[in-house]
Amino acid sequence: MTQKNSSQSKPTKKAETKKMSGAEILIQTLVDLKVDTIFGYPGGVVLGIYDVLYKTPKLKHILVRHEQGAAHEADGYARATGKPGVVLVTSGPGATNTVTGIATAYMDSIPMVVFTGQVTSSMIGNDAFQEADIVGITRPITKQSYLMRDVSQLSQVINEAFHIATTGRPGPVLIDLPKDVLSEQTEYKKPEKIHIRGYNPTYKGHSQQISKAAQMINNAKRPLLYVGGGVNTGNAAEELRALAKKGNLPVTTTLLGLGAFPEDDPLSLGMLGMHGTWYANMAIMDCDVLVAIGARFDDRITGRMDTFSLNSKKIHIDIDPSCISKNVPVDIPIVGHVKEILPELTKSVKVANSKEWLESITKWKKDHPLRYDQTDKEILPQFVIETIARVTNHDAIVCTDVGQNQMWSAQFFKFKHARSLLSSGGLGTMGYGLPAAIGAKIGCPDKTVFCITGDGGFQMNIQELTTAVKYQIPVKIAILNNGYLGMVRQWQELFFGKRYSQTILQEGNPDFIKLAAGYGAVGMRIEKKGDVESAIRESLKINDNPVLMDFIVKREEMVMPMVPAGASLTEMIEGGE
Amino acid sequence: MKHTISVLFENKFNAIPRIVGLFSGRGYSIESISFGQGEEPGLTRATITTEGDEQIIEQIAKHLHKLVDVLKVVDLTFEPFVERELALVKVNSTPSNRAEIMQVTDIFRAKIIDISPKTLTIEVTGKSDKVNAAIGMLMQFGIREIARTGSVALKREYQGNM
Repeated sequence: MTQKNSSQSKPTKKAETKKMSGAEILIQTLVDLKVDTIFGYPGGVVLGIYDVLYKTPKLKHILVRHEQGAAHEADGYARATGKPGVVLVTSGPGATNTVTGIATAYMDSIPMVVFTGQVTSSMIGNDAFQEADIVGITRPITKQSYLMRDVSQLSQVINEAFHIATTGRPGPVLIDLPKDVLSEQTEYKKPEKIHIRGYNPTYKGHSQQISKAAQMINNAKRPLLYVGGGVNTGNAAEELRALAKKGNLPVTTTLLGLGAFPEDDPLSLGMLGMHGTWYANMAIMDCDVLVAIGARFDDRITGRMDTFSLNSKKIHIDIDPSCISKNVPVDIPIVGHVKEILPELTKSVKVANSKEWLESITKWKKDHPLRYDQTDKEILPQFVIETIARVTNHDAIVCTDVGQNQMWSAQFFKFKHARSLLSSGGLGTMGYGLPAAIGAKIGCPDKTVFCITGDGGFQMNIQELTTAVKYQIPVKIAILNNGYLGMVRQWQELFFGKRYSQTILQEGNPDFIKLAAGYGAVGMRIEKKGDVESAIRESLKINDNPVLMDFIVKREEMVMPMVPAGASLTEMIEGGE
Repeated sequence: MKHTISVLFENKFNAIPRIVGLFSGRGYSIESISFGQGEEPGLTRATITTEGDEQIIEQIAKHLHKLVDVLKVVDLTFEPFVERELALVKVNSTPSNRAEIMQVTDIFRAKIIDISPKTLTIEVTGKSDKVNAAIGMLMQFGIREIARTGSVALKREYQGNM
């Protein structure tokens, strides 16, 4: 690519020797890296960058209404597209506002590059206006971070940052840009090949380990694949399907693994863990060979650790060696990229001798299905989610908040496609849903994008409704409005004697319909079960504006089944009618 | 159990805080840590002594290795290795006990490197337990200040054939 896009208007023949400012180099480098969208918010020290952006229309800048929104939108964009999300904010409060968004991305291994402005180099450390040590603040939640000192290194560092963010186990990388570095002039050099001595992530799995694993699977009577977010981020859904089909291996996924294996497949057991299906949890406790693929044995998955899947031999495929044997001892570790390893494994896997096992799983599924009271006259949140799934033919991208709305979405949507559930799994960030949906829709304009949220979480980044209205981003917002901080209330009901301490939101809640109108979005309130489907269908017709659907749902419905915190997976509360 | 871990890394901006932060952030202990230039310009070697069971030490090593700037992590604990620490110990001294202090210093093959009418400063090198023993013996004279480097260590190459 040439520099025709650089902002200097004076025509010069000798483009190679032309000097550019740090800000221009930043934008040029992003264009060269084929970045199409950045999410940001301007401020004092980054004015220079915004001036260059003004002259670079082909790089789309989405003006958010709060920097946390920018980080979540970039995250949603990244999860939906697989491309790194890019954030640009100013120093001090601009930078610190991104922290929750960066931590969310870090916990879920989402590629992201965050550019923060910084005060002039000579002022750093002087407690200058809008100064914050953002590199220090974000150190534990970034894969790598840089404070730029020298403009001549800028392009190289940006390329390095994108490389680190997107390779190995992906994650956020932060580049802090002092004001003087942005205005300094230098020659723009195309970056050299990236070589970082200490950074060589392993992609190819050890072949001996793979054949040992295949043998173990082939000898299994009760094999189970336990699939995590790594298969979604690693774009290996096809490869997973091939393995499961060839070996006739049942599959359960984590929250972030949903979509990596179609839930309508007879081999699918849905999600496991704290609010997983009864049959997935029984299967993981009962299996004799457990194959963890891009998953990390999180505490929400294992329940009480010393009772977890005691009778199984464990194979663990992961790109991050530090995930292996961190929580659960593993018999055959395979370090590498799932997309490389799964096909190798599939080659040597035969149909497992597991007929009896599959039969008992089928029986479990029949005897202990996910369920809710279909006859209830009130709107049940599960019903809303099932209706959204049916109307969109399970083909929408669903962005959730955290809590009941998230768990019901995970249980009842029945995901079929990779990268179709975007949810803050590791950090559990309320307020994630709406901005993530905006980012996802920008990244995938042809997809229908739903934000399934609660009346609590929605209000945590409500300002982003403006962003959606301003850019005419037609996300569908389904508020499952129960007037409670629902999941916390559920715990209070079950474990704290129904003392609903600070979890009743109803009296304080705004009128969401008026609120939508105030923002310029379309609002609908749905109070009758019979209106649920028509409202959802109506929302799908609106293509130039966000739609807010305020579903007034049964207030004290609980997410079931449930493994109480610290209990074994076999101690599930099934609930139900 | 105590472990000695040697870490070679590119000393880029933020590399040392990342190494140290890993320990505080994940709740691992640091008994001592020392940094110094490694075998090439731009490379730094850290020697870290830490406590933990096998699983914790394995996690520490993996997390250190995961840091972008880190080139090499070796847990020296189960290999033959040489280890030294240097301490400067300033003790109270009077003309009457000076000879006694010098005797203790000699026994530990330590050196007196500074003297004043009321103090002596002694340089001790050796494995940490020797340094501890020397400090223990000097305690009786009244220690004013101590500065210790923490251990530095390398794998022992020649292992003999006896």
